[in-house]
Amino acid sequence: MRRVLKALARPFTETAGLARWMLVAGILITAMFVIMAVFAPWLAPYGFAQASSGGVDFPKVGHPSGDHLFGTDRLFFDVLSRVIWGARTAIQVVLFSIVICVVVGVPLGLVSGYYGGWLDRILVLIMDAIFAFPSFLLAIVFAFLLTNLVGGTVLAVSLSLSAIYIPQYFRVVRNTTVSAKEATYVEAARAIGASDGVIMRRYLFGNVVQSVPVLGTLNAADAILTLAGLGFLGLGIQSTDAAEWGHDLNRALADASSGVWWTGLYPGLAIVLLVTGLTLVGEGLNETLNPTLRQRRLLPVVMPPRQPATDDGQES
Amino acid sequence: MTTSEAPAGVHVPEPVISARDVRVWYGTTRGAIQAVDGVSFEIAPGETLGLVGESGCGKSTLGRGLMGLLPAGAKRDGEVIFKGRDILSMRRKDAYELRGHDLGMIFQEPLTRLNPLMRISQHFEETIRQHEPDLSKDEVRDMALEAMRLMGIPPTRYKSYPHEFSGGMRQRLMIALALVLRPAFVVADEPTTALDVLVEAQIVQILNDLRRNFRASLLLITHNVGIVAEACDRVAVMYAGRIVEQGRVADVFRNPQHPYTRELLRSTISLSTTGLNFIPGAPPDLVDPPDACRFHPRCPQAMEVCASRNPVDIERPGGGRVECWLVGPKDQIPAGGEQPLKQEELTVADEA
Amino acid sequence: MPTKPEAATRPETIIDVRDLSVYFDLGGSTLARLLGRDTGTVKAIDGVSVSLRRGEVLGLVGESGSGKSTLGRALLGLAPATEGSILFEGEDIATMRGRHLRAVRADIQMAFQDPNAALNPSMTVLEAVGDALRVHGVRSAAERRRRVIDTLERVGLSPVELFLNKYPRDLSGGQKQRVVLARAIILDPDVLVADEPISMLDMSVRAKILQLMLDLKQDLGLTYVYITHDLASAKFFCDRIAIMYLGRIVEIGPTEEIFAKPRHPYTQALLAAIPDPDPSRKVSRDLPRGEIPDASAPPLGCSFHPRCLKATPVCGWESRDLRTLVEGHWTRRSPEEYAHEQRIVGDLDHLDAGSKTAHFGRTTSAEARDLLDRIRDENVDEPLWGGVSSVTDDGNGVRIEFHDGVDPALRRDGGVEVACVLYPEGAEGPGPVVDR
Repeated sequence: MRRVLKALARPFTETAGLARWMLVAGILITAMFVIMAVFAPWLAPYGFAQASSGGVDFPKVGHPSGDHLFGTDRLFFDVLSRVIWGARTAIQVVLFSIVICVVVGVPLGLVSGYYGGWLDRILVLIMDAIFAFPSFLLAIVFAFLLTNLVGGTVLAVSLSLSAIYIPQYFRVVRNTTVSAKEATYVEAARAIGASDGVIMRRYLFGNVVQSVPVLGTLNAADAILTLAGLGFLGLGIQSTDAAEWGHDLNRALADASSGVWWTGLYPGLAIVLLVTGLTLVGEGLNETLNPTLRQRRLLPVVMPPRQPATDDGQES
Repeated sequence: MTTSEAPAGVHVPEPVISARDVRVWYGTTRGAIQAVDGVSFEIAPGETLGLVGESGCGKSTLGRGLMGLLPAGAKRDGEVIFKGRDILSMRRKDAYELRGHDLGMIFQEPLTRLNPLMRISQHFEETIRQHEPDLSKDEVRDMALEAMRLMGIPPTRYKSYPHEFSGGMRQRLMIALALVLRPAFVVADEPTTALDVLVEAQIVQILNDLRRNFRASLLLITHNVGIVAEACDRVAVMYAGRIVEQGRVADVFRNPQHPYTRELLRSTISLSTTGLNFIPGAPPDLVDPPDACRFHPRCPQAMEVCASRNPVDIERPGGGRVECWLVGPKDQIPAGGEQPLKQEELTVADEA
Repeated sequence: MPTKPEAATRPETIIDVRDLSVYFDLGGSTLARLLGRDTGTVKAIDGVSVSLRRGEVLGLVGESGSGKSTLGRALLGLAPATEGSILFEGEDIATMRGRHLRAVRADIQMAFQDPNAALNPSMTVLEAVGDALRVHGVRSAAERRRRVIDTLERVGLSPVELFLNKYPRDLSGGQKQRVVLARAIILDPDVLVADEPISMLDMSVRAKILQLMLDLKQDLGLTYVYITHDLASAKFFCDRIAIMYLGRIVEIGPTEEIFAKPRHPYTQALLAAIPDPDPSRKVSRDLPRGEIPDASAPPLGCSFHPRCLKATPVCGWESRDLRTLVEGHWTRRSPEEYAHEQRIVGDLDHLDAGSKTAHFGRTTSAEARDLLDRIRDENVDEPLWGGVSSVTDDGNGVRIEFHDGVDPALRRDGGVEVACVLYPEGAEGPGPVVDR
């Protein structure tokens, strides 16, 4: 247990300067959104698709006021509530898609890198083909197909996001596996009679997934943007299924010309903040976990003065 | 060994390099490592001084400290007089001028020090031009070929790339590059560690011939006492940041005064080995080294005084210096100080 | 003895290696592979026969590239055999695959040179040592823990509690090597292949690890294959020694006899190269030239001849040796002389083909002959000249032909077997093998 805590604290204890502040700021911002997501039912004053309270309808495009801190939109929804519920959608989608990416990309990369040969070549070709495709376009295609298939749910959007990120996980894991499998400890494992499956699970896995957390956080930021983009195009989650910032922005577009700023500002701000937070975490982690970028915090060297009288090189 | 070539007797020439009380400490996340802590030595012209000790005793740090090649956050003091000037207090630019021209360095792993995209000729041109910008291309070429010739590298290889050479040839190249400007003083840091036995012996022979071919003084850092015996005039035995004994190789190895020197020699496996000996424990953590004599926790002959008072640097019986209470000065040992020290038992947990 | 057929039936033989060859395909550069060029093979082991007797320590000694590590790895099936057999308990390891081979690895174990690399950085000592049991079907974690504790105590890692949950990065080099040995012996093997187990360690712990290995051998009745480049530790540690060079055994015999009377010039060279800490024992030494050659294009004849200090005219001289000789000559010339002579012969790259004939010179045959004479005068005793059968005028230079060389096979001489033309065929053993 202490080991885990120590490992978790390592990014803090071993970093210095900018990397440390990036990490701390990023974690604070991200934590705020995670709290919003987890406690949305208690934090949000109303439901995300609630247009009336106690039999009283909300005003249409109402100014920010005591009842509605961020105002209401043209569907009578409370903007503050939708921003908070939107955090839940965003975090859900990002988590789902990262889990799918890891579950699919990591084992594929491991197997491909370990065995090599024709299997490796085919997988690399497929992944490179996906990777070479403009990712947003790909997400649109997948979202379109999946929405028709399973409806505009969180799961469908998560799946379409995973499709564009899996190649990245595959590539990272495959390349580290290719170099890690040459290590003596892998040969040592073979020497004690370990089978290929055991070597991959117990010897390679733990050593090749170390770059996945950094990739995960950096992808999360990108995923938020893609999700919002899909929502903005109306391909994502419908506003009655869940609150989604991108979709809200789309509806706020028409308001902007009539001087209504609050329906667009708050969801937009939420997107920018969360993306910034996740990026900071990713970059901060990268600089602390990546030994080539890491700046260790060194204690300053203070040499005690010597005894002046000694002339034979004796220390004081 | 070439004792006859080294200065002998009363006529002692001015040393090429003279280090007094040098300290090199560097920072870590746990505190300052006292890698070199008060080291003094001199090297005469054309002399080779061997620096031996276990890993983690500060040998390499001392070598790099002399060359001014230290990691960020390192501090050093004391003085190193080279050609009448203190290189430790020199301005950065002057020290840079000195490096390569008057001071050379030979590293352990030659391939990492050569640029794979540059021909050997370009390596030589760059090294020479940096310090002698006025030389013509032909003069540079002649200098380079001469240095290669003395290292036994055929001139036909002048235009080759580093990867076209074998490991031993690369090390010869590194030595040729370090010596092409005829520096007066060269530091060689474990120059043979990465090499095969036969090639190692060839390189040792080359280092042995340096005195004759280049008239260079050499500080040879190695963990192999056999190489010291083969290639050095004098030896300095380093333990935990201090030089504990130094003197002529024959004197020190035949009649070691410091228990560490003796144990180090005894634990070396050579052709005459008939039984296994070893030093228990490991060199101390130099962030927090033991008080007084740093060897006392591992020393088979430790006395009470060894744990309480710093040993004094004294003249070694038979020439040289030694730092050990067993040798003296007896009059500075407090009453009862010669009692054997009660040591904590060293287990595998303390092993290197 | 190893090359004789009755050795296989001797009861004390535990592993019998017969005519083993291990070839590796060279990957070559990406470009070469794209262009489909032939990338060649390396004969890491080239027809080695040796038997390992129960309870002995067999030393495999040689430089890197001699094939000693490959031979050690082949014993566990880690390096796939191209030809030949490795008989262990009546079965041939060389042809085993999959589950069967993995089961044999419980009986033949291995310790590695670099203890830092040989342990998985993300496994604790308990997991690393226990995994050998887990792999071989010990399911109960408690049972594994108990046996790991026993084994760690046996290798001297006590108090055990201090080490069980440590990661390799928290251990010193000597402690890591003890963990590696623990992992190797926990399955109670018969044979332990130790690949340079002390060469990466600090000298103050080398003796400790060797002592531990001696103790383990005594207690567990192990048989060792000790792979090393260091003859000094081999002298102390081994009962028999096989000296390897470029994939072959060039001399094999009891340790005392090898050291009392080293026969093969390579053995003699290795012995002379050991730096001795005793300054009074200094002997002037003649060292072999150059380095171990490229195993993908080994020298013709005896593969040691280009470096050999005792080479004879029949050792297999060829064009590459001529190049070495000329280049060596040039390291002793002034720049002017070099420039002049270089003009006569031009580029020497064509000599790298490794052929029994060589064209030399690009101006006139008189000048080429002149240069050859000058080189010969430098050292008339150079054995290469004895290997030259004819020098004839050939256009703008001369054509040099070499005699066919001899590739010596292992032959008995006294208590050892040696592969060198200096120890010719006696009453026993096969005749010399003509150049491959």
